[in-house]
Amino acid sequence: MSSLLAAASRVGAHVAVVPSAAGDTTEKTGFKSPGPNDFDFPGLFSHDGWFTKPILIVILMTIVIAAFYLATSRDVKIVPGKLQFAGESLYGFIRNDVALDAIGHEGLRFAPFLATLFSFIALNNLAGFVPVLQIPSTSHIGFPLVLAIISWVVFLYLGIRKAGPVKYFKDMMFPPGIPWPVYILLAPIEFFSTVIVRPITLMLRLTFNMFAGHLVLLLFVSGGVYLVKDYGGIGYVVGPLSLVFGVVISLFEGFIQLLQAYVFTLLTALYIGGALADEH
Amino acid sequence: MATSVLVAATTLAVKEKDFNPLLPKVSEIIVGLVAFALLYFILSKAVFPKFEQAHQARTDAIEGGIQRAEAAQAEANAALEQYKAQLAEARAEAARIRDEAREQGKAIVDELTAEARETAARISARGEEQLAAERQQVVTQLRSEIGRLAVELAERVVGESLADEERQRRVVDRFLADLEQSQGSAS
Repeated sequence: MSSLLAAASRVGAHVAVVPSAAGDTTEKTGFKSPGPNDFDFPGLFSHDGWFTKPILIVILMTIVIAAFYLATSRDVKIVPGKLQFAGESLYGFIRNDVALDAIGHEGLRFAPFLATLFSFIALNNLAGFVPVLQIPSTSHIGFPLVLAIISWVVFLYLGIRKAGPVKYFKDMMFPPGIPWPVYILLAPIEFFSTVIVRPITLMLRLTFNMFAGHLVLLLFVSGGVYLVKDYGGIGYVVGPLSLVFGVVISLFEGFIQLLQAYVFTLLTALYIGGALADEH
Repeated sequence: MATSVLVAATTLAVKEKDFNPLLPKVSEIIVGLVAFALLYFILSKAVFPKFEQAHQARTDAIEGGIQRAEAAQAEANAALEQYKAQLAEARAEAARIRDEAREQGKAIVDELTAEARETAARISARGEEQLAAERQQVVTQLRSEIGRLAVELAERVVGESLADEERQRRVVDRFLADLEQSQGSAS
């Protein structure tokens, strides 16, 4: 709730400032709907500095994850305590339900990578849920780009190392049991979908799920605030309704944030599993 | 016309300054890469191996428990088999001893019976001998006694005529021979 209020005050300030600063196209009391510019954060120390809020969130979340896991694994016992159980359950979920299920018995090797990936994405997504931070740092495309490239490099490297570069691309582009003219169409599509589309979709899916979710949340909150403060009349009825719906949306966003972290991790695991599979 | 161009130019300039969500910032790429690499390094070195160890230890503990139980079961079965074998052996030995004892008893009884029979035979034989000797003795004694008595009787009956000793003996002997003869024919 406090996060919502903080968001409201931030957006409110934005709305209040914008009409006077760039109010040439809109009326002075008109509603400025939130847009991509609301994702543009100034540097925290100097206005054009590199150390922006999303970067702070990433660093903070990295520390939080490391601290959480280090705390849960400080005194590992066969019969776990509550803290150890929490850490082990999270790791065990990725290890058993993602790594082993999607990759097979070889998946155990990748469980640490996948668990790190999931924790990193989940916490950075959930930053949108945390008061004061309240933006998923993954809505800035730089971070999903890094993660998608890591995932891409890992599954390509594994596939090429296992089958050799020629056989890997041959298996990918020319799957057996198909009449040869079809390959004219199929080979480029397969290459395109595996090598180019996979990392791009990983990146865009994560970025814009977070981006759009945050935008919708901003719309409901800033709209609610505008309706109550400036619109008058029916605004006093619809405005609070909009704010309440903002709460509902933010809960739904929490679910989406976890789901997208899971999807990213699961897809990476499936790509790794495909690269390690014997027959294509 | 000129103002509209100016407005278009200014809006274009504003648009250029707008935030483009598709353009990654270099600072974010670097920070993201370093943060993820560091996190992966820390977790894969210091945290997840410990969880795997715990998991392995837990699996071992459970499987070890099952194996120990199985070993104990096998041991118990072996002990039971051994006990049964020993029991059977003991039973067989007892039967063997009983048979042996029965045989031995039978042998002892047979031996004793034979010995007793022999002793009885010996005793009866000696008795018979003794009896025969005594009879002989009695017969001899009786012969002389009967002779004397008969002579005495005849003397008394006949008187002095028969006093001659030579004659006496001859008469008696003849008499006795007759007697024996009649006796032998009679028997």
